[in-house]
Amino acid sequence: MLALIYTLIAVLIASTFWQLTNVFNLKNEIATEEDNDQQGKLMIAFMIGFYALMIFSFWKYSAVLLPEAASVEGERIDNLYNITMLLILFVQAIMQVLIFVFAYKYRGVKGRKAFFYVENHKLELIWTVIPSIVLAVLIIYGLSVWIDVTDASDLEEPMIVEVYAKQFAWEARYAGDDNELGRANVRYIKGINTMGVDMTDLNAQDDIPVRELYLVKGKPVIFKFRSQDVIHSAYMPHFRAQMNCVPGMTTQFAYTPSKTTEEMRANKKIIAKVENINKIRAEKGEDAYEFDYLLLCNKICGASHYNMQMKIIVGSQEGFDNWMDDKKTMAQIVKK
Amino acid sequence: MSEHHKETFVTKYIFSQDHKMISKQYLVTGIFMGVIGVFMSMLFRLQIAWPDHSFTIIEAFLGRHQDGGVMTPDIYLALVTIHGTIMVFFVLTAGLSGTFSNLLIPLQIGARDMASGFLNMISYWLFFLSSIIMLISLFVEAGPASSGWTIYPPLSALPQAIPGSGVGMTLWLVSMAIFIASSLLGSLNYIVTVLNLRTIGMKMTRLPLTIWAFFVTAIIGVVSFPVLLSAALLLIFDRSFGTSFYLSDIFIDGTVLHYQGGSPILFEHLFWFLGHPEVYIVILPAMGIVSEVMAVNSRKPIFGYRAMIGSIIAIAFLSTIVWGHHMFVTGMNPFLGSVFTFTTLLIAIPSAVKAFNWVTTLWKGNLQMNVGMLFSIGFVSTFVTGGLTGLILGDSALDINVHDTYFVVAHFHLVMGVSAILGMFAGVYHWFPKMYGRMINKTLGYWHFWITIAASYGVFFPMHFVGLAGLPRRYYTNTAFPYFDDLADINVVITIFALIGGVAQLIFLGNFFWSIYKGKKAPQNPWKSTTLEWTTPVEATHGNWPGKLPEVHRWAYDYSKPGSDVDFIPQTTPLADGEEES
Repeated sequence: MLALIYTLIAVLIASTFWQLTNVFNLKNEIATEEDNDQQGKLMIAFMIGFYALMIFSFWKYSAVLLPEAASVEGERIDNLYNITMLLILFVQAIMQVLIFVFAYKYRGVKGRKAFFYVENHKLELIWTVIPSIVLAVLIIYGLSVWIDVTDASDLEEPMIVEVYAKQFAWEARYAGDDNELGRANVRYIKGINTMGVDMTDLNAQDDIPVRELYLVKGKPVIFKFRSQDVIHSAYMPHFRAQMNCVPGMTTQFAYTPSKTTEEMRANKKIIAKVENINKIRAEKGEDAYEFDYLLLCNKICGASHYNMQMKIIVGSQEGFDNWMDDKKTMAQIVKK
Repeated sequence: MSEHHKETFVTKYIFSQDHKMISKQYLVTGIFMGVIGVFMSMLFRLQIAWPDHSFTIIEAFLGRHQDGGVMTPDIYLALVTIHGTIMVFFVLTAGLSGTFSNLLIPLQIGARDMASGFLNMISYWLFFLSSIIMLISLFVEAGPASSGWTIYPPLSALPQAIPGSGVGMTLWLVSMAIFIASSLLGSLNYIVTVLNLRTIGMKMTRLPLTIWAFFVTAIIGVVSFPVLLSAALLLIFDRSFGTSFYLSDIFIDGTVLHYQGGSPILFEHLFWFLGHPEVYIVILPAMGIVSEVMAVNSRKPIFGYRAMIGSIIAIAFLSTIVWGHHMFVTGMNPFLGSVFTFTTLLIAIPSAVKAFNWVTTLWKGNLQMNVGMLFSIGFVSTFVTGGLTGLILGDSALDINVHDTYFVVAHFHLVMGVSAILGMFAGVYHWFPKMYGRMINKTLGYWHFWITIAASYGVFFPMHFVGLAGLPRRYYTNTAFPYFDDLADINVVITIFALIGGVAQLIFLGNFFWSIYKGKKAPQNPWKSTTLEWTTPVEATHGNWPGKLPEVHRWAYDYSKPGSDVDFIPQTTPLADGEEES
C-alpha cells in the first residue's frame, strides 16, 4: 500500500516536471474544444476515483470506528446518528454524480448553444420545501434525543461522581454514603487535599477520592465536572458522553452504562480492533493491549493535552462494592 | 478623476489608492501568508504521521523548539494555532475578500474607484502591519500563541499554563486588533461603494452575484468583527491588568490566583459571535466568485438569480444566530442548545438551494473548461461533501460525541477551508487577465487543479474516520493511547496527501509569478463575459474607464439568450426592440 503511494508520488512529480518544460510553449490560454473534451473526461475519471476513495474508506476504515454505544443514552444517539448518516450518504451520492456527470456531459462543443434557463419557481419551490421537511423531521427527532440525554431529573437513584481536571491528569470523587458531594474550591487545595474539598462541610467527610472510575451497569451516573486551571473536556467516547470542565463553575452530564467492560471486551468489533492493534504493537515490540473504557481530554489544555487519561471500569454492583472496599474517605485521608 | 495625476513609484506601487493596485497588494500578501500557513500544516502533519521520527526539515525550521528533529508539544500546538489564525483571517478573510472585493466592486458596478481610496489604502496597510506583527510573534523566545486559533482563556490568559500565552499571545492580540480595524475600514468602504457608486442603470437587481456576496459579507463583517475586538480587549485586560472578566478560581503552579467571578464561557460567546459569521465571511465571497465564474463558463445565466441573492441574505442573517453550536458541551443551558440546533440546521436550506442552483446552472450548458471553471466545479463538490456533515455537528445530540474530534477538522476544512481556497483560485485564474493584463498558463493551471482537489479529498475524507474513531483534535501524538494505535496507517496516508497537496501549490506559485511577467498578452474580454470589468482597457488606468462611465441596460447573465446571434450580451448593450429583460 505504502509503496504504491510512494510510486504515485514519484509519477506525479515526474509528470509535473515534464509539464513544467511545456510552459514556454505558449498555446491559446483559453480553453479550446479539445481542452473541454479532455477536462470533461477527467471529471468523470475523477468522479470514479472519488467514489473509489469513499468506498475504500468505508470498507477499510470502518474497522477503526467506535463500537456500539455502551450507555442507554448513547444508544439513542447512535440511532439518530445512523439515520442522519444514511441521509447524508444518500444526498452525497446523488449530488456528486450530478456535479461530475453534468461537467462531463455538457462539456463545451463549438457551435452548440447553451440552454437559456433563468429560473423555474416550481423546481425551486420543490427543492426548498423538501429539504425543509426533511430538516424539520431531523430537528424534532434530534431535539427529542438531546432533551432526553441532557435531562438528568428523571434518573432513578443516580450515583453522583465528581470528575476533576487539571494539567495534566484526572481525579474523581465519589459522593459516598450520603450521595452528596461536599463543597469544594481551589482555595482549599492543600497537600493531600488535591481537589480542594472543603473539609468543614459535613457532606464532604464521606466523599471518596479516586484515580479511576468504577461504574455499575444499569445504574445512572450524574457526573459533576470541575477544573482547577484551564478548560478541559471530559470525553468518554464509548458512552457518547462529553462535557467541558470549566474553571470557576460546575458542569454536568449524566448517563446510564449499559455494557460492562467484560461485555465490551467480548464485542465482535472490539475483538477485531484489539487484534489489529496488538498486531501493530507486536511489530513494534510493545506489550499486548487489553480494551478498557476511557476518559480523555478533548479541549486543548497545554503541552500534555494528548496524554490525559483515566480508566473507566463498568461492572456489577457487587464488583463495585468490592472495588470500593479498600477506598478511604476524605475524612480518613485528610485527618491522618 | 480620470485625468492623469503624476504618479511616482511610491504612489503607484506602495501607497497606492487605486483599488486595482490595492487588490493586488492584498493578493500577494495573502499568498505569502498562505505559503507560511500551508507550510506549517505540512510540518505538524509530519509529526502526526511519524511521531518521534527525526526530520531534518523540522530541525532546520523550528530551532530551539525541537530536539534532534522532533518538535516539542508546545510548538506543535503553536503551529496548529498559527496555521488556523493565518488561514482563516490572513488568507481567507483578507486575502480573499480583500483581493476580490477591491478588484471587482468598482469594476463590476461601474465606478472609478472605491468611495474612499484613502481609507482603502489605510485598510491594506493596517492588514500589512498586522501580518508583520503576527510573523514577528513566531520568533519570540517562548514561542507564538499556542492555545488554538480560538484562544480560549484561561489557557490563552496564563503563561503558566502554556509558554505561548506570554509575549506570543500579546503579539497575537495586538495583531488581531489591528487586523480587525483593517477589516472594518475595508468593509465600510465596500458597503458605501456598492450602495452609492453604482453607474447609471446598475440597479441592485442587475448586480453580478459576486457583488452581492461581497456586499453582504461586508455587512456581516461590520456586525461581528467589533465583538471580537471587545472580546480581545477584555482578554488583554485580564492578562495585563488583573481584571477577572474570563477568569475565576484558578490554581496553577502551586498557587491560587486572585481571579474571582469571571467566566471563560463569556469569552466563548463573544468569540463565536464573530467566529461563526467569520466562516461565512470566508465562504460567501467564494460562493459569489463561483456563481459568476460558473455562469460565464457554462455560457448560461446563473440559475435562480433571485433565489441566489435570497439565500445569500438568509445565510448571512442565520449566521449571526447560530454561534452557540460551537458550545453545545460547554455546560450551556440545554434549552439554549436546542435553540442553536434549530437555527443551525435551518442554514442547510439556503445552502441546499445554492448547491442545487449551481448544479442546474451546469445542466445543459456549454461548459468551457477554463481553469477557473474547474476550480468552481471543485468548489461545489467539496462544499457539498463538507456541508453535509454539518447535519451531524449542528445537531446538539450528535455533536456530543464528535465535538472537537477530527470529524470536526474534516468538516470545516472541506466546507470552508478547501472550498474557500478553491473559490479563491477560481477567482485568481478567472480575473488574472484583468489584474495583470496577461493570461495565466492553462496547462499548469489544469495540473494545479487536479492535484489540489485530489489531495484535498485524500487528506480530509479519511479524516472523518479518524474522528469517528474518537480521536480528539490537537493531539501532539496519539501514541499515548494504545486504543488509537490502529489509526497510524490512516494518519500516514493523510500526511502523504497533505505533502502532495502542499508541494503542488508550487506549481501555482511558479505559474502565477511567471505569468505576471511572461504570460501571453490578454485580449480585452478573454472569457466573453457580460460584466463591466471587461469593458475597461487591458492596460489598466486609474479611474478605470477612459472617458465616460459605462451605462447598464440589463442584468449580468445574458448568456446564450434566444434571439441573439452571439452567446453573450454585455450589460452595456441596450435592450433590442421587443426584447424583454430576464
